[in-house]
Amino acid sequence: MKPTAFEYVRAGSLDEVLTVLEERGDEAKVLAGGQSLIPTMNMRFAAPEVLIDISGVTELRGIEVRDDVLRIGAMCRHVEVLNAPEVAEHAPLIAMAMPNIAHAAIRNRGTFGGSLCHADPAAELPACVLALDARLNIDGKSGPRSISARDFFLGTYMTCLADDEVLISVDVPKVMSENVTFFDEVARRRGDYAMAGLASQATVRSGFITDVRLAFFAVGEVAVRAPHAEQALQGILLQDMDADAICSAIADDISPFDDLTTSGAAKLTMMQVLTRRAVESFAKQGAHA
Amino acid sequence: MTGPLAITITINGEPATRAVEPRLSLADFLRAEGFTGTHVGCEHGVCGACTIRVDGRTARGCLTLAVQCDGLEVETIEGATGNGCVADLQDAFIENNALQCGFCTPGMLLTADELLQENVSPTRTEIREHLSGNYCRCTGYQAIVDAVEQVARQRAERT
Amino acid sequence: MNEHLKPSVLDRPNSYVGKTVPRPNARRLVQGCGTYVDDICLPRMVHLAFHRSAFAHAKVVSIDTDEARAVPGVVGVFTMNDIRDVITPWTGVLDHLKGIKSAEQWPLANGKVFWQGEPVAAVAAVSRAVAEDAAEQIFVEYEELTPVTDMETALAPDTPVIHPELGDNLCFHRVIDSGDVDAAFADAAAVVEDTFHFNRHTGVPMEPRSIICDYSRAEGELTLYMSVQCPHMSKNLFAKHLGLDENKVRVICRDVGGSFGIKIHTYSDEMAAGAIAVILGRPVKFIADRLESFVTDVHARDHVVKARAAFNSGGELLAIDMDDVTGIGPYSVYPRTSGIELNQVVNLTGGPYKHASYRADGKVVFQNKNVMCQYRGVGHPIAVAVGEHLMDLGARKLGLDPVDVRHNSFIPDDAYPYTSPSGAIYERQSHRQCLDKLVGIMDYAGLRDAQAQMRDRNIYRGIGFASLIEVTNPSPAFYGVGGARIASQDGCTIRLDPTGGITATTGVTEQGQGTETIIAQIAATAVGVPLDQVRVLTGDTEIVPYGGGTWASRGAGIGGEAALQAGKALKENIIALAAAILQAKPDRLDVRDGSIVDIATGQERMPLSELGGIAYFRGDTLPKDVQPELVATRHYTQRQFPFVFTNAAHACHVEVDVETGIVNLLNYWVVEDCGRVINPKLVAEQTRGGVVQGLGPALYEECLYSSEGQLLNGSLADYLVPMAAEMPDIVVDHIETPTGTSELGAKGVGEAGTAGAPAAVMNAINDALDPFGVTLTHMPFTPDKILKGLGRA
Repeated sequence: MKPTAFEYVRAGSLDEVLTVLEERGDEAKVLAGGQSLIPTMNMRFAAPEVLIDISGVTELRGIEVRDDVLRIGAMCRHVEVLNAPEVAEHAPLIAMAMPNIAHAAIRNRGTFGGSLCHADPAAELPACVLALDARLNIDGKSGPRSISARDFFLGTYMTCLADDEVLISVDVPKVMSENVTFFDEVARRRGDYAMAGLASQATVRSGFITDVRLAFFAVGEVAVRAPHAEQALQGILLQDMDADAICSAIADDISPFDDLTTSGAAKLTMMQVLTRRAVESFAKQGAHA
Repeated sequence: MTGPLAITITINGEPATRAVEPRLSLADFLRAEGFTGTHVGCEHGVCGACTIRVDGRTARGCLTLAVQCDGLEVETIEGATGNGCVADLQDAFIENNALQCGFCTPGMLLTADELLQENVSPTRTEIREHLSGNYCRCTGYQAIVDAVEQVARQRAERT
Repeated sequence: MNEHLKPSVLDRPNSYVGKTVPRPNARRLVQGCGTYVDDICLPRMVHLAFHRSAFAHAKVVSIDTDEARAVPGVVGVFTMNDIRDVITPWTGVLDHLKGIKSAEQWPLANGKVFWQGEPVAAVAAVSRAVAEDAAEQIFVEYEELTPVTDMETALAPDTPVIHPELGDNLCFHRVIDSGDVDAAFADAAAVVEDTFHFNRHTGVPMEPRSIICDYSRAEGELTLYMSVQCPHMSKNLFAKHLGLDENKVRVICRDVGGSFGIKIHTYSDEMAAGAIAVILGRPVKFIADRLESFVTDVHARDHVVKARAAFNSGGELLAIDMDDVTGIGPYSVYPRTSGIELNQVVNLTGGPYKHASYRADGKVVFQNKNVMCQYRGVGHPIAVAVGEHLMDLGARKLGLDPVDVRHNSFIPDDAYPYTSPSGAIYERQSHRQCLDKLVGIMDYAGLRDAQAQMRDRNIYRGIGFASLIEVTNPSPAFYGVGGARIASQDGCTIRLDPTGGITATTGVTEQGQGTETIIAQIAATAVGVPLDQVRVLTGDTEIVPYGGGTWASRGAGIGGEAALQAGKALKENIIALAAAILQAKPDRLDVRDGSIVDIATGQERMPLSELGGIAYFRGDTLPKDVQPELVATRHYTQRQFPFVFTNAAHACHVEVDVETGIVNLLNYWVVEDCGRVINPKLVAEQTRGGVVQGLGPALYEECLYSSEGQLLNGSLADYLVPMAAEMPDIVVDHIETPTGTSELGAKGVGEAGTAGAPAAVMNAINDALDPFGVTLTHMPFTPDKILKGLGRA
């Protein structure tokens, strides 16, 4: 179970990354932590001709607090994000999600940007950036651009990144005092990809909930928001919540697919349970606010 | 070029300069260097038998390329044994019979040691969660948890 | 105590039997200094990779190896035609399994492929990576044939016959009809029935199957470095099928990274490696990677069972009636056959109970999936799950407590030895004592109270029991009488070294379970030396006595008894020599803690190091008629019963999240009776590890196949094995009922945990879901199945 032979380039700068990407196009793959790419290559499901190691590119590193956003470098390893006080303070949803990502040794190598670019439908982070309305900063031969998380993910293992582009960083809007957050997933074992998961943030003022974002993962081709359910929650007094109505709205939003061992119907039930638990948690958080 | 690249990796404190194929995993590299305590159990990052330390943090040897570690420090079970940093864990594993076939043990020890460095008094649940990335097919895990819990207590008493 | 009365060999002042001592080989393993096969590197060694069939059933039209041969670094590419001259095929049948049939199996595809993953061609190259590169360049033209995958329709008239030469897809059929089943059901106060689906799963040893075949053309000798449980069996089979003199084949088995029954079978790729080594005349290494392990390591336990039970109004089991069908893949595995698992299921279902009437109809059928064969617990997990679920159903129907129904139905204590309606003979078991002790340590009454209170708060907890018997210490009736050259006897040789220490060699093998430790404990005790003066060697057919190795929980019971008898014999020789040297009467001397002592006072007369020195170097000082014999070998065959059965009682406590379908394992208890306990810690750890290996398939593990015969989850990312976070702490306690078949009195313990756990967790889940009127019998109990059962998915 050895990968096919490939070239290896350790990029010293972002320019070098972009140059090699431009020259080699879809023959090249960016190697960040490698925790998803290398197993795929070991199984020979992927056989890129060249790997561009971006671990030494300083422009991709670091966690930075800006005016109203938290900027997380694409090359930040999960363990850095997990342990960063800035993340806990300004993006608690991400902090809550991090321990659910695989296991410690994987988190030591795997990267924030790598997880987003891999776009695994069952991964936690795509749902988090979706729930947070984060913006992804990209660079490429046609110049830098910034794109909403909503537009970044196209499908299973598919993003809007062109062959010659690389993810630089992610801007996460800082959490506000009225925000409430919820993250949970139903997984068969600790660290497994979930059967269904929910990353959610909302605003609660005087018991009323607004700006609800419900981002589900492991239930479709990509992490997905639930607009009907969000709408059903919009502006209601949490203590008057009609859980059944919200649950049926979720069924209108999403028809989860079957995976190997979990039917779409079971996933839907789990999504509804997670949503109810989220709203209960919001009510508690709102009461304390 | 897919041909060999020259790299220098410090293995257990001793620098080794070698020409390696880019596709060579760190686990296979270390094994070829004679550090056969790094075991290869799945080659897709799930079982944890190839767990080693790269620059002080645990990593999967099968999901890391040797060329990625150019200029870095790598520690294997042989190094950790030599410098004594897991001696108490090794003793506790023996005392608790926290190993049977021994294939998972080197990775389990390095993972447990990392936990204890970060969390001096983990609960049994925390120990179980932290060790969840390392499969053991023989023990059923309880003896391993016992051993780690015992060492946490011992280390706390020492400090 | 009468000073002239010698203490029992097991109850000596310096006895190590019954004590927890650390394993001498553990230090090496915690330092990463074990020697597993892949750690061995021989000069001129080449590495194998295989082209494996992508189809479950196909004709091989052509194989193009030209491009593969051209890959730089390739030493050879081999199809069946390239190795046909040096290897013969095999057939997995045994004479005593009446009517069992199978087809000839070849190491590489011989015109057809019969399962996805079957080796078709092999590449030998300078590295595994290059071998894989070249294997990708082998182009095989297949003509697809209809795969037979559903075992329940494998015998239907319109299903293709996989091996036309066999006439049908039936491998083996076994029927038991004992007592008067129809009458028992007609008279019953309660009849219960259910259908059970058991999920195909596999052993997943951490170290994959591994072999190096080193053929010396000069000597005509083949040395096999193998990760294996039964070195002598492998020696025989490689010699036989490679046409070599058996004396010219040596198997060396150093550390084994787990086996669990996976490493006792004949594997095509390993046999091909042997043939290629003979052809190339250089060492050939094959390490199965994890993906090929999933499609080639034997699978097990794919069964559908329909069973019913009859009870009288007092909750006594009267009869069981069951049908079992199991699909074993395209071949009965050589040499142990794939009929044994079903045989065990029908032999053992309802094993603890006194019902006089029993009917079982079991069919083993061929299908185009990977082969199934013996894996830890062989048949027991199925037999126990079926029997114990029926007991719970009976209890529920009669409104009785499941503990009471078991008590009412156990074979009475005074009925032993007892012949079961399936024909199994039980020497003596302690079901009642085990269950009583279990109920005590788990605080059953307290748990039931808490369960009732929690239900009011919509928390659903359940308690499940399993009483079981386990086959251990097999006699030659298991394999030998069927014609397989698998030794049921085992031997031990113990030598007194000049230093006063002893070296024991044994035919039983070490896979981490502690064989070397318990052999050392027994040998130290029997001879009378300190434990640290004992060295135990296993796993090299050139060194150890001929023996069966490790399977059917025989290491302690068979190998241990041989060690005991060898130790006693050596001690007798030592005392005879000491008597001559000391001019004392032999019956006044004893050996304790490495010294010859006065038997009455314990006073040292001479250290063994001095005796060894005289015997080996100063024979000139001995009387002329004294020739020291400081090596003794003894063998042991258990002949009194076909098997010596152990027994145990398990209980599992779970909480089912009825919203998500997740099962949380809260507690687990086992009271185990493996006869004489040699090392309590090792017994407990075998039990714990075994339980977790039984919890795995109950909750997670399954080999999922498509209807085309494609394995859908053949990686560790998709095939879930138990991990630390979800597993409970397991309380283990013991009852000791030594077997009278040996002086040691030890029975086996390696498999009982695995045997009982699926039943206990199934019963616990069903107990938790009782308020919903839901009964689940389709393993594994995934969240999906639980939600579906609850009508929530």
